[in-house]
Amino acid sequence: MLQFLQLVASGVAQGCIYGLIALGFVLIYKATETVNFAQGDLMMVGGFLGLTGTLAMGMPFWAAFFAALVVMLFFGMALERAVLRPLLGQPAFTVVMATIGIGFLARGIVTMIPEWGTDTHVLPVPYKDQVVHVGGLVLSMEHIVIVAVTAMLILALYLLFKHTKIGIAMQATSQNQLAAFYMGIPVRRINMLVWGISAAVSAGAGLLLAPITFVHANMGFIGLKAFPAAVVGGFGSIPGALVGGLIIGVVETLAGFYLPEGFKDVAAYIVVLIMLAVKPNGLFGENLRKKV
Amino acid sequence: MRFLFKTDYQQDIRLFKHGGQAFWYSALAVALLAAPWLLSDYWISQLVFIWIYSIVSLGLMILVGFTGQVSIGHAAFLAMGAYTEAYLHAHGWPFVLSLGFSALVAGVTGIIVGLPALRVKGMYLAIATMAFGFIVEEGVARAEHITGGNAGKMLGALEVFGIPIDSELRMYFLTLIVLALVVLGVMNLMRSPTGRAFVAIRDSEISAQSMGINLARYKTTAFALSAAITGLAGALYAHKLRFISPEQFTFLQSIELLIILVVGGVGSIYGAIFGAAFWIVVQQLIVLAKDWLPPGIGQQTGLQPTIFGLILVAFVLFEPMGLYGRWLKIRTFFQLFPFYRKGLFRRQKSYMKSERLK
Repeated sequence: MLQFLQLVASGVAQGCIYGLIALGFVLIYKATETVNFAQGDLMMVGGFLGLTGTLAMGMPFWAAFFAALVVMLFFGMALERAVLRPLLGQPAFTVVMATIGIGFLARGIVTMIPEWGTDTHVLPVPYKDQVVHVGGLVLSMEHIVIVAVTAMLILALYLLFKHTKIGIAMQATSQNQLAAFYMGIPVRRINMLVWGISAAVSAGAGLLLAPITFVHANMGFIGLKAFPAAVVGGFGSIPGALVGGLIIGVVETLAGFYLPEGFKDVAAYIVVLIMLAVKPNGLFGENLRKKV
Repeated sequence: MRFLFKTDYQQDIRLFKHGGQAFWYSALAVALLAAPWLLSDYWISQLVFIWIYSIVSLGLMILVGFTGQVSIGHAAFLAMGAYTEAYLHAHGWPFVLSLGFSALVAGVTGIIVGLPALRVKGMYLAIATMAFGFIVEEGVARAEHITGGNAGKMLGALEVFGIPIDSELRMYFLTLIVLALVVLGVMNLMRSPTGRAFVAIRDSEISAQSMGINLARYKTTAFALSAAITGLAGALYAHKLRFISPEQFTFLQSIELLIILVVGGVGSIYGAIFGAAFWIVVQQLIVLAKDWLPPGIGQQTGLQPTIFGLILVAFVLFEPMGLYGRWLKIRTFFQLFPFYRKGLFRRQKSYMKSERLK
């Protein structure tokens, strides 16, 4: 039983990472109906930025964390302005291919930057290798920090969406772009900001993940597991993304322990296929049919 | 400018639209038959890859370009075809039989993968195919007694109707014949009621349904045909490389196949072949360029993904109709000279084509 709880705890931490990346997908999908295949690569760039902040520039970890978030906010906005905005109004497939291209570019360019390269790097964090004992459970500090910071990021986003003018404008845009446009909301700038926030959230995920895995150019592929998370939660739902992430994280960890070798890597995909067969709109998805 | 006055239905479905086409395609056929004697072995080998990739992209084109269902797990069908062929070949099946059986296995898998397509669409479907792709990739690596696992599997010498395929020249003709048959098959398919139903589904599911097209049946057919053709290519791919391992059928391979379609031009048979040719040539050029670039740039492992990414983004931004679209524009420019207008091929932009109901 204790072992089971132990596994669930580490699954939850892993699930928070998936949830944060899935959150990035969902934000962009809600605002622009585009699925961003470069989300994982944005996460990877965020991880490298944190690395440069702490190692090369000597910042304390949390300062580097927020610096990376801010840089990625602007990077995401610039990306939207340069690549995505000219594609406004094009079929979804075209835009998806553009984001795949961005992912390739990010991966390629990162390996060419001298200090970053193809090596795996260790991100030094102040809470490395600490553990906390809770009634027999041994929780590593890395996992606790992941859960805590995820909770804080979600709270910040919640406050943004519920109580600020910009947040409400974003909600309006995601519900109906045209109506929002008529109400005087600058839809394009809102979309740009959504891309920025989404990139920043992924960067946060990357920096939280870095102490557990490592920072390397291919760490973005973990973003592919956030797709199942987003689908399980319902693609258009923000709480759904997080819940989906947690489900995938826990299932994956349990599958890794109790099932034969090999199931850990495909557990997320088996879950998503079952979900699509049983409830295609996800746990929190809206069930709407298009009218003619 | 050539004007075609169609006076009956037979003329509408003719393979060669006019005499000019018949002439140029005959010229192309002669050039392709003569090519192996004019080129070095290295380039013949690259042509073989182009033919194989053309078959794969034709398969994917049926699904993505003609039926409008996105698949990002097509490498799985390639793997199905390749491993079935490797297994049957090792058990002494004659090539024609095992080739057909590989296509059949891939096609049946395609039907199974197509089942979610009946309920979900758009990105959900894409993610379902992606999930399937990952599961097959892992399955291939684990089923060691059939596939050889991560260590890979070797294929023995190939023999077709008693003729040993032991040189690049013979492989060239074998793949060319299969490609020609597939191209003819796809052309025929697209002028049949089935093909037209595919295009109707792509353009609007709701209107297709209103016109009495059975969505479930045609979507499943599209998946099956697409997977079968991809499986066919997989079998040839296995014989070309003589060695297959799970690393050749990854998620990135599926993405590359989609890039080929975008670069070539989505929604046309030419696009599939142009894209495949462009893709192979670019890869060879990158390899060649590595030798004369300064080592600081040439030896970077990131060079290839960067160039792929640049090509993809550039095509999406500046030429969404792909190479074939560019060719159409150039041709129209000369046909209409000097009356070509810039806006002739501009795609209509809607503010937002929403999939949602609100």
